Amino acid sequence: MVALAGILALQGGFEAHERMLARLGARTRQVRLAADFEGLDGLIIPGGESTTMWKLLHEENLVEPLRAFVASKPVFGTCAGAILLASKVTHPDQEALCAMDYTAVRNAYGRQIDSRVTVLTPEPEFEDRTEPGDLEAVFIRAPILRDLGDGVTVLARYLDDPVLVEQGPYLAAAFHPELTDDPRVHSLFLGKLGHATG
Amino acid sequence: MWNNESFRVKVGLAEMLKGGCIMDVTNADQAKIAEQAGAAAVMALERVPADIRKEGGVARMAPISKIREIMAAVSIPVMAKARIGHFVEARVLEALGVDYIDESEVLTPADDENHIDKHDFKIPFVCGARNLGEALRRIGEGAAMIRTKGEAGSGNIVEAVRHMRTIQREMKALTVLGKEELFTAAKNLQAPLPLVEYVAEHGKLPVPNFSAGGVATQADAALVMQLGAESVFVGSGIFKSDDPETRAKAIVKATTYFNDPAKLLEASEELGIGMPGIDVSKLPESELLQTRGW
Repeated sequence: MVALAGILALQGGFEAHERMLARLGARTRQVRLAADFEGLDGLIIPGGESTTMWKLLHEENLVEPLRAFVASKPVFGTCAGAILLASKVTHPDQEALCAMDYTAVRNAYGRQIDSRVTVLTPEPEFEDRTEPGDLEAVFIRAPILRDLGDGVTVLARYLDDPVLVEQGPYLAAAFHPELTDDPRVHSLFLGKLGHATG
Repeated sequence: MWNNESFRVKVGLAEMLKGGCIMDVTNADQAKIAEQAGAAAVMALERVPADIRKEGGVARMAPISKIREIMAAVSIPVMAKARIGHFVEARVLEALGVDYIDESEVLTPADDENHIDKHDFKIPFVCGARNLGEALRRIGEGAAMIRTKGEAGSGNIVEAVRHMRTIQREMKALTVLGKEELFTAAKNLQAPLPLVEYVAEHGKLPVPNFSAGGVATQADAALVMQLGAESVFVGSGIFKSDDPETRAKAIVKATTYFNDPAKLLEASEELGIGMPGIDVSKLPESELLQTRGW
């Protein structure tokens, strides 16, 4: 089947996700209104500024529709998206969707000068379910994911911190796989939507 | 050089600012208002362009204490301006750790021939441009984000529209040229050939293209977004209006929903009077900010 994936498009890196999903043969829809959630097989919450996203979610009465969607379908959050999916957010404290069992520490690696491109060796489980090989990771003012609950599986680490994690239908990355040429993380997510890639 | 790892990290932050507003602020209180309204980033400066225009004199990098105060007040990215060609102001801003440097025509140029070698910095740069040649020269020097110059501090959108349309038109024109015609195009644009080839192939700049210079209302923001801007810089438009908080929120909303007339109407409902504007065509050449840099 060809999946229809929504991308929350209030602000941030939604276009890069769109390009990656299109490359994998999925259909996409930019989500800005409550009606846009209708009929989606899953949702990506992109990077950007989590404070900006929360402001607009409240302002446009999208918090409840988003919570309802997250409770019923697979969701993948990158960077700011991973912050929204957390159970707790610090530095500074901020509300959270509480979909995944970890604490997100915002801008934990520092400011833009500490942003970087690096190469990670993913956990065997990631390689088994996708394809073997190192994973290029672009970190931009990235959060650190801490205090993982028992239900959370780590798929990749950077400097011992978990940076790609999974819990049931949810996937979260502290980095930006959409800014690389490697489609494996998106392919793993589309698998949760029943999309056959390749 | 313009597509190495360090450059990708710089462009990456610009990607994350897409669909958002970057607001000029001069102190911590204004920065908080901007963040509360949903700004994706703030630009720290000593005076907004409208005041620089009014008061005259040499406009320089903002005092470090002001920038620190703003960095401490908000969790969103903080940008700051350095004078064109003033690589020492840029080094100071880099040491301070701002998230983006704007090598800006709004400040008085420090070098009337050369811009900063921006590849040499770890901090990404944004630069203004009025046309494609200027945009590609800046990217060649290492700018990781382009913004149209418009006419800062004028409250008049006409120049921003002209510059955005010009860049879009010149990019489209390249896409229909044959490979052998690109050498002459590069000569005519006075731009690096590899960047001209990139635009000819992709129909867009290799870095995000934002809009600036004259955005005073939510409708102005949506207008430049519809013309192809990927984000909007708002300078004097917010804190020179009679209702900064409402206006900031309305402009954020209009940038997200730039293509949705019903939402644009909602964003327009509560707004009062905008900043006073200037008829740019009546300004003498010497008072134009956009002609600074080449």
